[in-house]
Amino acid sequence: MSIKTVPQDMLKAVIEGFGRDRANLIPMLQRLQEHLGFISPQAVAAAAERLGLSESTVYSVASFYTQFRFKPVGRNIIKACRGTACHVGGGERILSELERQLGIKPGETTSDLEYTLDTVACIGACALAPVVLINDEIYGRTSTSRILDAVARQKKAGVSCACRP
Amino acid sequence: MPPVTNFTALQAESKADWQTLIQSQTPHILIGTATCGKVSGAMSILDAIGMTLDKLGLKATVTQVGCFGMCYAEPVMDIALPGMPRISYGFMTPQKAGQIIEDYIINGNPRPELALCTIGQGKVEGIPTFEEMPMLKGQIRIALRNCGHINPLRIGHYIARGGYAGLYRALSQLTPQQVIDEITTSGLRGRGGAGFPTGQKWQFCRDAKSTTKYVICNADEGDPGAFMDRSILEGDPHSVIEGIIIAAYAIGAAEGYLYVRAEYPLAVSTVKHAIDQARQHSLLGRNILGSGFDFNIHVKEGAGAFVCGEETALIASIEGKRGIPRSRPPFPAVSGLWGKPTNINNVKTLAMASYILDNNAATFESLGTEKSKGTCVFALAGNIRHMGLIEVAMGTPLKEVIYGIGGGIPKNKSLKAVQIGGPSGGCLPADMSHIGLDYESLVQSGAIMGSGGMIAMDESNCMVDVARYFLSFVQAESCGKCTPCRLGTRQMLNILERITRGDGRLEDIPLLESLARVIKSTSLCALGGTSPNPVLTTLRYFRDEYEAHIVEKRCPAGVCKALISYTIVNQKCNGCKLCVKACPAQAITFAGKRQPVLLNEKLCNRCGICLDVCKLDAVAVS
Repeated sequence: MSIKTVPQDMLKAVIEGFGRDRANLIPMLQRLQEHLGFISPQAVAAAAERLGLSESTVYSVASFYTQFRFKPVGRNIIKACRGTACHVGGGERILSELERQLGIKPGETTSDLEYTLDTVACIGACALAPVVLINDEIYGRTSTSRILDAVARQKKAGVSCACRP
Repeated sequence: MPPVTNFTALQAESKADWQTLIQSQTPHILIGTATCGKVSGAMSILDAIGMTLDKLGLKATVTQVGCFGMCYAEPVMDIALPGMPRISYGFMTPQKAGQIIEDYIINGNPRPELALCTIGQGKVEGIPTFEEMPMLKGQIRIALRNCGHINPLRIGHYIARGGYAGLYRALSQLTPQQVIDEITTSGLRGRGGAGFPTGQKWQFCRDAKSTTKYVICNADEGDPGAFMDRSILEGDPHSVIEGIIIAAYAIGAAEGYLYVRAEYPLAVSTVKHAIDQARQHSLLGRNILGSGFDFNIHVKEGAGAFVCGEETALIASIEGKRGIPRSRPPFPAVSGLWGKPTNINNVKTLAMASYILDNNAATFESLGTEKSKGTCVFALAGNIRHMGLIEVAMGTPLKEVIYGIGGGIPKNKSLKAVQIGGPSGGCLPADMSHIGLDYESLVQSGAIMGSGGMIAMDESNCMVDVARYFLSFVQAESCGKCTPCRLGTRQMLNILERITRGDGRLEDIPLLESLARVIKSTSLCALGGTSPNPVLTTLRYFRDEYEAHIVEKRCPAGVCKALISYTIVNQKCNGCKLCVKACPAQAITFAGKRQPVLLNEKLCNRCGICLDVCKLDAVAVS
């Protein structure tokens, strides 16, 4: 398991950086997710307390936005772009093949916590469609076979992140 | 009006620095490192440039710039030598970049065969000039005026090219009312899609009675297929910031918000950097340029909801609520953020406003058509040769953009349709390409300007599938508040899915049309109200394709999985085994050397990988 157990005081430190104004709710949730990888029930409770809101209000806002997730994520996050240019260029085929290969649907994580599959509405690199993000690296002008190769390479090498500056 | 100080000195200093940079005796290398450049590998080119310079012991200035618009040729590297025009090289690889630097800077060979075009005065034998380059010919760049020319992280570059002069003019010579009048005279209309006159919008907000007012820049570019806002924010953030400050001065706001998508991390960091710089130079904050005008900008990152592009939903999101639109009136100009009068403009609108204040209204007004003034920015993508960002005068015929600037359709295929305006827009058939690109003509054709995404489609694209795609997008992004959008689009999507599965019925077509009518007239906001457009336009122009799916159970373009099958063209296949190795379903088997492979249709899951990998064109879809 790569998910860090987050000490309560770290959670507190993130939250205390924000004022008690409701307008801070979304930025606060964004920072919490940055630190935790997802929005945990403790994070919801802490945010609610800080801003004087009910937990259900915090949850209702968080669940509205696609950015927030409520389950731990895998070591590798694969995001397929679902923009129009990517669709026209065969992006849907790439996504369905990834689903088949990993055995999960978008939004889900493999049981070994290795991969999380997700989609993004459009990352704005339409001229290089179809586009897939693996962790922070963007693969442009890509194809199903290239993405599957990249995933296979990572599996083999056991690397957790292919990010580059 | 208190005197405005400092600016002339700042401007003179920036201009002097800029002159030193562009007239310097050391070579100047520019590299496009916007998102599109980075995706194509610009950072490794940047490393290669550094290594080559070290290896050769050369001194050169290296500047990172935004995207020039020629995304199809990314990564792009430019070299400007003293006394020579800047030469742009496309499709760079680290090896090529190193070689060009050596050949051109050391040996004086500009390698014309690798160059795209020259920029600036003078000509280099064998290389087209900026004006002769097919993709740039016919473009008039206003919103994109600095993209690719300046380092977005250097405020001085922007000021040297005329930046903040419009704000200076507004603060030192014009009253807020005169600023609004100038915008009104220019004929600028909102570039976010609806095309509402910007001057009038500012006037409403100015006339609203309240001591607290807000300005918001809507940079939540959620439209799939559009990336111009990202490119402007990454390549020229100050043009937008200047526009926001001018708008704030005009309506009397002391605080502003820039609401930008979190999916654009580079745009977010560039904008934040630019805001800090503007503050350091007294262009933001208290007592701007000594004029007595106070104004501040906050950056808010969106959290991934398409509906937040709608202004009332965007306001709710800033307030920390679910991004759900509300009915209007009251319009935000009367009651917006925290119930105060609020003016919301798109990125392009604000970038154009700062240009207008610098160059006066007449220059802008002289461009375009009678009712649509100025220029429009389009993101060209899909099946087209020159993908990227372009800016043309309003009213430019669609075919000029597709065949002239866009270079036509690759792989000897023909244009089938152009999708304009994202999920709110429509698909225009190839024979409509004579229409002009302005608000009125587009609405008449059934499409809309939208935020300016333009996707070219060729014969390999199925229009029913495209309509289904847009509906699935809207269905996923609907906020769920109003029934027509939440359930109506669900019904339309169900029907379209059924048709693409081969279970369509003839009565589905009138049913789709009646659902579309109801959703259009009863939805709360524009997301729902315009969502049937892709279906309506495809039904209007491509009805035969729907009928082929329903009656003949056939997908003419070979896209809809349930209706197609893959076969191996025996005459073309030489048994090279590429597809055998690639097929994830093990549906293809090797039969022997120089013999065509065998495809088991029962195992085939129609993923199309064989089609991708085959170099002999030996996979057919029927």
